[in-house]
This record gives sequence, C-alpha cells and structure tokens, in this order.
Amino acid sequence: MITISNLSKSFTLHNQGAAVIPVMAGANLAVAPGECLGLVGASGSGKSTLMRMIWGNYLAAAGSIMVGDVDVAKAAPREIIALRRGTLGYVSQFLRVVPRVPTVEVVAEPLLTLGIPAKEARARAMALLAQLNIPERLWSLSPTTFSGGEQQRVNIARGFVHPYPALLLDEPTASLDLVNREVVLTLIESAKARGAAIIGIFHDEQARARLCDRLVDVTQFTPEMAQ
Amino acid sequence: MSILAKMKMQPLLSVRDLSKFYGGRIGCADVGFDLYPGEVLGIVGESGSGKSTLLSCLAGHLAPDRGEVIFDTKEGPRDTVQMAEAARRRLARTDWAYVHQNPRDGLRMGVSAGGNVGERLMAVGARHYGDIRAAAVDWLGRVEIAADRVDDRPSAFSGGMQQRLQIARNLVTGPRLVFMDEPTGGLDVSVQARLLDLLRGLVREMGLSAIIVTHDLAVVRLLADRLMVMKGGYVVEQGLTDQVLDDPQHAYTQLLVSSVLQV
Amino acid sequence: MTDQTAYNFAYLDEQTKRMIRRAILKGVAIPGYQVPFASREMPMPYGWGTGGVQVTAACLVPEDRLKVIDQGADDTTNAVSIRRFFQRTAGVEVTEATADATVIQTRHRIPETPLTEGQILVYQVPIPEPLRFLEPRETETRKMHELEDYGLMHVKLYEDISRHGQIATAYDYPVKVEGRYVMDPSPIPKFDNPKLGGNAAIQLFGAGREQRIYALPPYTQAISLDFDDYPFAASKADHSCDLCAAPDSYLDEVITDDQGSRMFVCSDTDFCASRRAAGHIGPMGAPRAGADVE
Repeated sequence: MITISNLSKSFTLHNQGAAVIPVMAGANLAVAPGECLGLVGASGSGKSTLMRMIWGNYLAAAGSIMVGDVDVAKAAPREIIALRRGTLGYVSQFLRVVPRVPTVEVVAEPLLTLGIPAKEARARAMALLAQLNIPERLWSLSPTTFSGGEQQRVNIARGFVHPYPALLLDEPTASLDLVNREVVLTLIESAKARGAAIIGIFHDEQARARLCDRLVDVTQFTPEMAQ
Repeated sequence: MSILAKMKMQPLLSVRDLSKFYGGRIGCADVGFDLYPGEVLGIVGESGSGKSTLLSCLAGHLAPDRGEVIFDTKEGPRDTVQMAEAARRRLARTDWAYVHQNPRDGLRMGVSAGGNVGERLMAVGARHYGDIRAAAVDWLGRVEIAADRVDDRPSAFSGGMQQRLQIARNLVTGPRLVFMDEPTGGLDVSVQARLLDLLRGLVREMGLSAIIVTHDLAVVRLLADRLMVMKGGYVVEQGLTDQVLDDPQHAYTQLLVSSVLQV
Repeated sequence: MTDQTAYNFAYLDEQTKRMIRRAILKGVAIPGYQVPFASREMPMPYGWGTGGVQVTAACLVPEDRLKVIDQGADDTTNAVSIRRFFQRTAGVEVTEATADATVIQTRHRIPETPLTEGQILVYQVPIPEPLRFLEPRETETRKMHELEDYGLMHVKLYEDISRHGQIATAYDYPVKVEGRYVMDPSPIPKFDNPKLGGNAAIQLFGAGREQRIYALPPYTQAISLDFDDYPFAASKADHSCDLCAAPDSYLDEVITDDQGSRMFVCSDTDFCASRRAAGHIGPMGAPRAGADVE
C-alpha cells in the first residue's frame, strides 16, 4: 500500500547563509494492507520528517513515495488533496482547526468533504467521540479550549472517522490516560483488521509491541548526523 | 484509483503567462496556474507584491498586457481577456463572484439587505418578487443573518454582518468561482473565525472554487488547498498550502513564514 | 443685412438648432437611448423646461401650431410663459386644443385626447437617467445601458414593495423601450405610462441641465417594468371628474376650503373644457348663470 524507495531530503536555509542540511538519504520501506510498521530512532533522527513526507507536507528531494498508485514525491497538489481526502489519513500531534467550530463538526468534516450527507457524518462523528470518552457536553464547543488529552482524542477521531486504506499515526497515545489509551489501541487494531496499512511513531513501548508487525530504525536513513 | 480518474477533468480556470505593467513598473508578470473545480487557491505576498493586481486581472477588472485567462464557461473554455465586455460582465454576475475587502465596496449601502441579495437574481432575469424575497431570506439564514433583518439597510449592520451579507449577495446565483480580496481583512479576530468557518462550509457544500488574496498566512492555512507566493510581481513559489508553509523552498517564502508572530 | 434687433426664428441660432436636430434624429434612430447634446443657456432658469424649449425650438417651423401644458393645464405660469416665448420669438400660432396642435410641449403629463400621426410631443425632463438614484456614477450608468445590465432597476421596485407593500412609484415610472433601453419617461404619472408605447405621435424628451435628448418614434414599444406577482397598474384617484364627469381621466385633487372640502378635476384642462362644451357635466360643474364667485 505504501512503498518508499530511495527517498532523500535536505533543507536549504536561504536566510542563514544558504546552509544545506541533508536529513535523509536512501530511505526504503514498504507496508502492506493490514500491516502496521513502527518507526523508531532517536529524537531528531527523522521519524516525523519521514511521516510528513509521506503526507506530502515536506517535499522530497529525490526518490519515490507510492501510496496506492500515487507517487506523493511527484504528484500535483490536487492529486495529494484527493489522496488525503479518501485514501490517506493522518493523526498528527497537533490539532489545527478553525477557532469556534464545534468539536462534532471538526470530526465530521473529513466525511463532509467526501460528500457524505451531513446527518450521517455527524452521527458517525458522535459515535466516535462517545467511544473516545469525550463528554457529550463538549461536543458543541470548539476543541481549541480543550485539554491536551482531549485535543488529542479529537484529532484521533478525525483520523478514524473515515476508513482510510492508509494511516499515519504520530504518537497517537502520547498524552492519554490508561482507559483512553486502551480505546485508541483498539481503534488501531480494528483499522489493521479491516486492512489499513499503518505507519506509526510510538514512544509507548508496550503499544508498539502490541501493534507493530515490524519496526524500521530511521537512523539508517540519516546521512552522517548533520550538526 | 477512482478519485483520481474523476479528477482528470477540465480546469475551471487556466491562467497562462499573465502580465500587467504600470508603465515601466511590473504589476504582475508571467503568472500561470490551473484551478480545478472545488479547489481553493490562496495568493499571499506583502503589500505591492502584485497579488491584488493579479486578482483584478483574473476577475476582469483590469486588462492585462499579456496572457490568457481561460475560464471553462458553459459553452466550453473561453479566454476572458479576449471576451467582449458584455460577455465578461455576464460571467461576472452568473458564474463569478467577487468579495471585496471592504463590504462597502461590494454592497449597496442605500438598499435593504434583501434588495442587495436579490440584485443578482434580478440581473439574470428573476421577475417574481415573492421568489426573490424568499431566496434572499434563505441566503440571509445561510450566512447567519436573522430573517427579520431582511428589510434593514447594511449601514445598520456590524462589520462582520456586512461581510456576510456581501457573501450572500455574491453566492445567491450559485457561482462557480469566487474571487476574494482579503475577505477577513477589517474584522475582529473572533468575527474572522466565524467567517472562515462559514466560507469553508459554503465552499464545501456548493463545490465552489475560490481564489483568495490575503497577507494572513493563518487564513490561507485554514481556507486554501493550494498556495501561491508572490514577490515583486512574480510567483516565486506555489504548491500545496501546508507544504509551502511548512517546507518553504524559496528564500522569500522562508522569510515570510519565519516572520509570522506567534501567539 | 438681416434685422439685428429681432430674434432669430425660435430664439436659437441656426447652427444650434442643427446640432439639436442631429441629436433628435439620433435619438429617434435609437429609441430610448440618451443622446448627449450641447445644451444652451436659455432665458429661463433650469427646471423651467430649458431642455424641452430647446427641442421645441429645433422642431418648430413657421406653419406649426403650438400647445404648451404644465401638469396638463394650459393656463399655469410655466405653460403661459413658454407659450408666450415662442409666440414672440417664432411667431407661430398657438392653441389650447390638443387635436389642433402640431407640436405640444409638456411638463409631466400626456394629454388625454389621443395623439395622431404628424404630431410631436416634447417632454421637459429634469433627470433623464433612470438609474441615477441607485448608481451615482455617470460612467457606470452608461456602461450599464451599454451592456443592458438592468438588474438595478428592479432593485428599486423591489425596495418599493418591501417598504410599502406595493410598487409605490407613482410617477417617473421606468419603461423598457423595444426590449433594449430602460428609459425615464420624465415625471409623468404612471397613469400615463400606457400611452407611451404604441403612440402615433413622435415623442421627444429634452433635459437641459443634464444635456440629454432621447426619443420614442411613433408606434414604439415601451413596457413599464414590474414583477410577475406585482404587475404594473396605471392608477388614478378613484373618482370621476367633478366638472366634466369623465370617469377615466387623470384627476387633480383640489382643496376648496378650510373645512377640508375637496374636488377632483381633470388635470388636462383642454380635455375637461371640451367635454363640458359637449354637454358632459359633473356634480360640481353645473353651469350657472352670472357670477358664481365667492
């Protein structure tokens, strides 16, 4: 489902003497449907960078990133938009939403952009919020005022409200209590069971052991740690 | 993949080599892009970067010195630069909409809210008062203005309400392309958020394409699918909005992104 | 040598009249289109019909018989002074009878007696631009005419209905000419609007201060703007003339004393007088012998 070959990336800082910082070279990996791959490596080794490149958020310098039959490294913006709409889900560590939009609308939005009727989209959003133990009195409020854990669960709800065939998870359980952690792990397991290809970053070792079929150490893709 | 197959459609707007000069000075130069149905394109840059000139050329308010602006009209793709003014104005009141930064420029301040919304309907031939009024009330509702304000003049409205009224007035004829010049410009931050949410919803529900000129990077991040960065009349970088903002390639974009004040 | 102490025929010099005639011909050729012309200073203030007077001057020939009315009446100050002006400067015959006149200059009415081929009706126009009150920019209104961008005209009617529950515009009611130009018919009551279209006479409109001439050639279509559910209706006071008993003429309401007594009389004095002469007598129009003053 996701195949990365010979991927490299560097940053050029034009306003700091045009310094070129290579951050990745020769990255290769592949994830099949129903498989969960964990990225490991020390902080700064490029786990998040790799995730962001798959998401299309960072440009690749060379190589290819196939998600389904789209090469994210070369795709036009509108192809990436279509990919994100129906195929590729992403749960980031940060929630970025229009202020003052109710939580239930935030979660339902991915469905609405897919053309699912508002009523059904909202119902599915509510079911998921309930499952993630977000108190019902908060659903009509904007998540921008929520606690870190609540925001994270809203973010997870957004990522799971549509059955994306491919999922990127950036520390989905980081700031969760045990009960909610368990809910999220179950969600991920059932996504795997329905055949989603998942790439995740899990600092939570138990979660990693429970979910991941394979681990890839991204340090091997890091060109001599640039300082 | 079926979604991609569906997307192999005609661009709604194809811009080629568009240039406008003010004497020896460059307004905008060599601008080219394709806009597809349902896409929202943001154009950012500092004052004087040519973004407003570009928008005026695209919307037919200014005649470019060179280039093509091909719009997918109901009769097929046509270059709006070469079009007769009458045909271009017809597009402007049917398929296009233009939201001004200052609602006073886009509204008739001496005409009631209902009359403002109804004008475009009447311009395209609506002749049934009851239907026009019903459409106006419906649209006021969609932009969250109470139905009992339908006979009030915009001068009695707050800035945010005026801007929402301007949007209703523009969208009532179901345009396919909306030009927006700093749509959240003069508004309080709290009112901005509400307007952004409204615009997002309308773009989604109506399948609108939009071109939004702004200097507010937060606005484009939330509204635009794609982003064009302009400097000195030229497009220096374009791409997916979050990619351009998070991994800017051009020196100017890097400067622009790093200059945003953090709250 | 010509006589230097007399006026040129019809006051204006021949070059000016030619210029105005060219504007009139252009106006006739493009019904409803406002033709700019170089309006001259006339020996009367703006608002007293300087536009109409110049058009009349350009139309008159020595054989003409001129009638001048103001709000339908032949005997009000404006009508009397303009009539006298042309008597003096053109030496043409004058008349109060609509049917006898070849040229009729009017302020704010169309005579009740149907006009015939060969007659010219000249209107005095204060503001020729029907879009003016909604769009103050002349450049923009000209563009709107050019592009037939007339949505704004209906906005005005829409505002009327939303504010008054009906189209409250009672005079100066806009018409669309031959499906093309929207035209201001001058401040005639909308009762007269149906007479604009299909009229056998040539109708010429002159606006002196605004320097515009426009025209409706004979038998031109002129349709009053309206909404499907609020159709145009030519309205008048629901009454018959108290002097001549005419049930279908446009009426003026006249207050007759401090107790609020009132009477309705034809605004067209010639029409009313000729009806009474023909024996039609209304409730207050009984001919009484001797003085009936006080």
